[in-house]
Amino acid sequence: MIKTDALIIGAGPTGLFTAHQLKLIGLNCEIVDNLDKIGGQCIELYPDKPIYDIPAVPECTGEELTNNLINQLKPFNIKFHLSERVDEVKKNNGHWNVKTNKGTEFSTPNVIIAGGVGSFEPRKFAPKECAAYEDKSIFYSVKDKSIFNGKTVSIFGGGDSALDWAIELSKDSKVNLIHRRDEFRGAQSSVDKVFELKDSGKINLFTNCQLKSVNGKNNLDNIEIINNNKEIKKLETDYVLGFFGLIMQLGPIAEWGLNIDKKTITVDTEKFETNQKGIYAVGDICNYPGKLKLILSGFHEGALAARACFKLARPDEKYRFEFTTSSKTIKDRLGVKE
Amino acid sequence: MAKITYIEHNGKSHTVDVQNGLTVMEGAVQNDIPGIDADCGGSMACATCHVYVKDDWFNKVPPKQDGEEDMLDQAFEPKKNSRLSCQMIISDELDGLIVDLPERQA
Repeated sequence: MIKTDALIIGAGPTGLFTAHQLKLIGLNCEIVDNLDKIGGQCIELYPDKPIYDIPAVPECTGEELTNNLINQLKPFNIKFHLSERVDEVKKNNGHWNVKTNKGTEFSTPNVIIAGGVGSFEPRKFAPKECAAYEDKSIFYSVKDKSIFNGKTVSIFGGGDSALDWAIELSKDSKVNLIHRRDEFRGAQSSVDKVFELKDSGKINLFTNCQLKSVNGKNNLDNIEIINNNKEIKKLETDYVLGFFGLIMQLGPIAEWGLNIDKKTITVDTEKFETNQKGIYAVGDICNYPGKLKLILSGFHEGALAARACFKLARPDEKYRFEFTTSSKTIKDRLGVKE
Repeated sequence: MAKITYIEHNGKSHTVDVQNGLTVMEGAVQNDIPGIDADCGGSMACATCHVYVKDDWFNKVPPKQDGEEDMLDQAFEPKKNSRLSCQMIISDELDGLIVDLPERQA
């Protein structure tokens, strides 16, 4: 059981800056995120897209913003728990017991939800019967590529993941690559390589096609794909891989007894506290009159929630407001030499 | 101002007046029309405001910009007449527009 002054759920820009604010005022914190990397939507949805409305930063990409926030946290030693999703938040003697899907447990007086629109999960195939084959014959990520050796694998998607795996698996497997249109959004070099492999017969390419149905008993036997002219083709296949990017799902947050309205959590605007004492929501996931879903709003909300955390983490101490420009204590925490 | 009709997958129809300058997505969200999630808030980064534009309207709505087709790759059951509703800005010309909503957004 890890004891911490505050646990932050979500390593997007709001979660990162909230961590900075907590550390500045002398509280420790740890951060959990379901993604395998730091940055949240900024890194997953728009790493290369420019942002123009970060105060004092005329232009930066999602990736640059993330890297700057990580740099700003450098003076502090903050433990990140990536690729872990918080599943349980339960009250225990005035503290919150928090448990992730990997079994990591925390005890903390403060839980700050900076979860954006929830956790990122893979987008799945439309036909309902696909669910029965998931993790057996149908996968949305590759954990062990050796299971595909000598088998037929049908890969769906038009981005880098689909192209890269089609190229990689074509070495030891029979590969069908299926995409809904005839343009690919992956790197041009990968697209060229796929067409090369198609010409040499290593990859069967089906464009303007989508998955219509999957058939089999315990294991997958064949799939049907349908093209834009509604023509159906049957493909014998052992495995199906789908790479349609990630979608944000509110997930377990909905079960923690919080006031939720349209996938957002209702908070007050003094502490950004939810209806549960010691649980706060900041950034895109919180909602209050006048809420703007801007990164700068998340920074403000995190700063205030951090001050609220102080009261519960240090009940016997008085919080004293200080400026970073003049406070010796803060400079010490930052490791700044006078 | 334009009258926009959103038809849910179950057939339920909603017709609302939407101000010029807003997007078809915002028209749905502001009027509490179910079936459009718009998780990313209109930055063309999520494909959860996916709609099917009625055929006779498809060539009249503002054309797709770079990147929209890439996002539609990730939408649930995209078709030829698929659009992201956050990328269609309302004007008088769109008065009477009808869009069908997909079974789900993800």
